[in-house]
Amino acid sequence: MDRIVAQIPEFYTAGNLILLAEAAAMTLAMTFVGCLIGFLFAMVLVYLRQTPGVWAIPLRIACIAYVEVFRRIPFLVVIYLVLFFIQTITTDASLFSIAVTAICIYAIAYTADIIRGGIESVPATQVEAASTMNLSRLQTMVRVVLPQAMPVIIPPAIAFAVAFIKDTALVSQIGVFELTFRGKELNNKGFSGILVFGTIAVSYFIISFPLSMLGQYLEKRLATPRGQRRTRAVRTA
Amino acid sequence: MPHLAVSDVRAQYGRLEVLKGISLEVDRGEVVAIVGPSGSGKSTVLRALMGLTPITGGSVRIDGNSIDYSNRSSVREARDRMAIVFQQYNLFQNMTVMRNLTLAPIKIKKRGRRDVEQEARELLALVGLAHKIDSYPDELSGGEQQRVAIARALALRPEILLLDEVTSALDPELVNEVLDSIRRLASEGMTMIIVSHEMAFVREVSSTVIFMDGGLVVERGSPQAIFDNPENQRAKDFFGKILRG
Repeated sequence: MDRIVAQIPEFYTAGNLILLAEAAAMTLAMTFVGCLIGFLFAMVLVYLRQTPGVWAIPLRIACIAYVEVFRRIPFLVVIYLVLFFIQTITTDASLFSIAVTAICIYAIAYTADIIRGGIESVPATQVEAASTMNLSRLQTMVRVVLPQAMPVIIPPAIAFAVAFIKDTALVSQIGVFELTFRGKELNNKGFSGILVFGTIAVSYFIISFPLSMLGQYLEKRLATPRGQRRTRAVRTA
Repeated sequence: MPHLAVSDVRAQYGRLEVLKGISLEVDRGEVVAIVGPSGSGKSTVLRALMGLTPITGGSVRIDGNSIDYSNRSSVREARDRMAIVFQQYNLFQNMTVMRNLTLAPIKIKKRGRRDVEQEARELLALVGLAHKIDSYPDELSGGEQQRVAIARALALRPEILLLDEVTSALDPELVNEVLDSIRRLASEGMTMIIVSHEMAFVREVSSTVIFMDGGLVVERGSPQAIFDNPENQRAKDFFGKILRG
């Protein structure tokens, strides 16, 4: 314990704090970019999965298989697969892009079900009404279904991304300069593990907590029907 | 030649045959009403016409041209010429009243925005809701939503308007405002098929009444003939219950 206290002044130097802040930014950037791209691809996947017709059966099976398979593979294994797969293609891919790709692949599998649930929460009669007006399947999805599904989709999608912030610690295994990696580095330099990883733990909390607050705020706000939301906005303005 | 000719149309949900050979004709400017007990297949007739319930037999012709409901472009044409108003309004909840009316005319019929918006204002005035143009559906009463739904269907400039129990989901005091809008359309010569339980209203606006039961047309004729002197026993029982009940 005395050793820890003694190390505090030399650990919390400007240099180390900047290092950790950069690492935290890296963690956040990876998660954000990976989950955002994953979310967009997941929407495409869900749309393809609902393609009607006999000819689309292989497509539907492929979409279902993707989700079911990647949900059952540990994230660490996905990271290694992506790393080695990309390395066979090119040798100069950045570790950041490899990490983002792995996060993206994983996020697709998990957010696809969230998106599907949101889409299914929109009454089928809305789709019927659109079809009798000759809106195409894509037009109906983009203009009618998704806007109504988003309030249902966004809160759990944010919750997933926030929870995923801490899982990205696993990409330290391939040497991305994110929080956990820097923690290991500082620990190797001789700083107390409790001090270093205690600080890392607090950093993860500081990043995640405001974002989950934001998620909860959005959940409440989006639960309000559109008309009332507007009336309220006018009143408070 | 009738404007719309439905001949021996059959439809089923799974194994349950809900239409067992329905025939009816509608002339231009005519208002045809379909009445009958719940589950008789009235709404299914309208849904089949719009291509929402698959047809398993028979034919539908508009101006003599047969519609092939297994062919996408043929269904598109049917939906281009007919419009339907649903019992539950089915307004797009994420759009203002204006956008509900203008979406399909602008995006699908490729008409100019200004022209479409001007017409939307006129249609909303016709149903008495010009002041609700920027409201969202959840800010409107059921009766108002249904009048918007009627205006939305008219904005598609259909040749034939299908009304599927449009007052059944409404509180009693809201029924009349919707019926007034339909009366107006009838007086302007709109061709309509109305599925309704409002017998007094049906008698007033329709020129032909079709009584359906068990997926079949049991009796047809003028409102007077059907309501006052039904020949068929099932029709007698039905009207006996609801008119004197």
